[in-house]
Amino acid sequence: MKGRLSVKHLLGIKDLSSEDLELIFKTADNFKSILNAPIKKVPSLRDITIVNLFFENSTRTRVSFELAEKRLSADVINFSSSSSSVSKGETLLDTVNNLLAMKVDMVVMRHPAPGACQFLSKHIPAILVNAGDGTHEHPTQALLDAFTLRHYWNGQLEGKKIAIVGDIRHSRVAFSDLLLFKKLGASVRVCGPGTLIPPDMQSTGCEVSYDLDDTLDWCDAVIMLRIQLERQETAYIPSLRDYSIGYSLTLDRLNKLGKSIPILHPGPINRGVEITSEVADSSQSLILNQVENGVAIRMAVLYLLAGVPGS
Amino acid sequence: MERRELLDTSKLSLTLNRLCSQLEETYGNFDNTVILGLQPRGVRFAKRIHNLLQNLHPTIEIPFGELDVTFFRDDFRRNEAPLVASENRINFLLEKKRVILADDVLYTGRTIRAAMDAMLSFGRPAEVRLLILVDRSRKRELPVQADFAGIKVDTLDNEKVLVEWAEQFGRDSIRIENRTTK
Repeated sequence: MKGRLSVKHLLGIKDLSSEDLELIFKTADNFKSILNAPIKKVPSLRDITIVNLFFENSTRTRVSFELAEKRLSADVINFSSSSSSVSKGETLLDTVNNLLAMKVDMVVMRHPAPGACQFLSKHIPAILVNAGDGTHEHPTQALLDAFTLRHYWNGQLEGKKIAIVGDIRHSRVAFSDLLLFKKLGASVRVCGPGTLIPPDMQSTGCEVSYDLDDTLDWCDAVIMLRIQLERQETAYIPSLRDYSIGYSLTLDRLNKLGKSIPILHPGPINRGVEITSEVADSSQSLILNQVENGVAIRMAVLYLLAGVPGS
Repeated sequence: MERRELLDTSKLSLTLNRLCSQLEETYGNFDNTVILGLQPRGVRFAKRIHNLLQNLHPTIEIPFGELDVTFFRDDFRRNEAPLVASENRINFLLEKKRVILADDVLYTGRTIRAAMDAMLSFGRPAEVRLLILVDRSRKRELPVQADFAGIKVDTLDNEKVLVEWAEQFGRDSIRIENRTTK
């Protein structure tokens, strides 16, 4: 059986069909079994060069992509804007074209501007993978979130209720998660203070709540998001302390539920703000499973995109 | 499409039993032996051989695994799209073991080359032997030969060998299909 994605680049969840999603999850399952073998490397991408182009800080995503690329035997170049000619005023397109002139086949890019990947995909011949573009999309994070929940629920998200809690306004993860969970047949509710929830949220087909306890009672799984202080040019919340009183996931809140729900967080976690340490480190927390699954998901995406000849 | 039967159920059963007898004659004991079926189509054949051997040696457990070679193939980016991988199911190490690698059809030898690479992810075996049900001997592209072969056939490029098992198709048989005949 041949497996070809309907897209040439991975720019966002919105471009993926249900067949694409199944193919990515199935391929990631196989990479997950490879990652559990004593030797965790396959030779598939040995004639492919990938540049990781990070115009924003990242630990997890960059390391996860780099590991995925190395496990697939690709040649990897890491680029960060702070130590590059971007700081001398070079445009995005010039930077990328200079890199491509050195025969790079794939570009994994994180950029603070929403739509930066979309723009680049129209101007360069290489395969692009979006590793987060501003507050727009973070498709591989959403894929690994869904992949983690699929494993937890033995393969199905259909009919499940998933809550996304926190800074929805500034979160690309929330937007990609929302699109993906809806495509997989789950119900989604976003929850947070009114200032951190965009006004048109209901139009995306999700529920909106401002009450964390009610939301926890409703959901089968919860994804906690961090407060993105670096994206807040205006004061959206009175203080972190005030926020944590209303929206911190604490053991007390979980104990009141009378059910056990899986807890996800895309990281980095702010212990004591959106989640307490005892919850983050509890057996209900799938945070480290997410990190582990991230490598398998990224291997699957890179493998499937690179596998089409002439791409 | 023209089809002809190479082995019917009873002859296929004889062939499987003969392969087992050959393994028995060559090795005698299977204490340090594992059987790996190649995903997807070699697994059912490997399972049959494993069952027969296990019945002959009820006091020991012969480890059985399923190996997928998709990510080790040499035709990545040379087909219109990559093949969809199957699952690896190997919950033991191959270090210092005798590995019997089993596949239903041996043709170009490229799958077996990939399997040798894929297998090494699970340790360095003491020895590896190749067990094949149908050896299409005329079209080898790599220096790969079966140590144990059920049946050897000369086939044309436009012919396909179909190994069908009762679990899937209701009866065991091996057929050759000519893909160009109208």
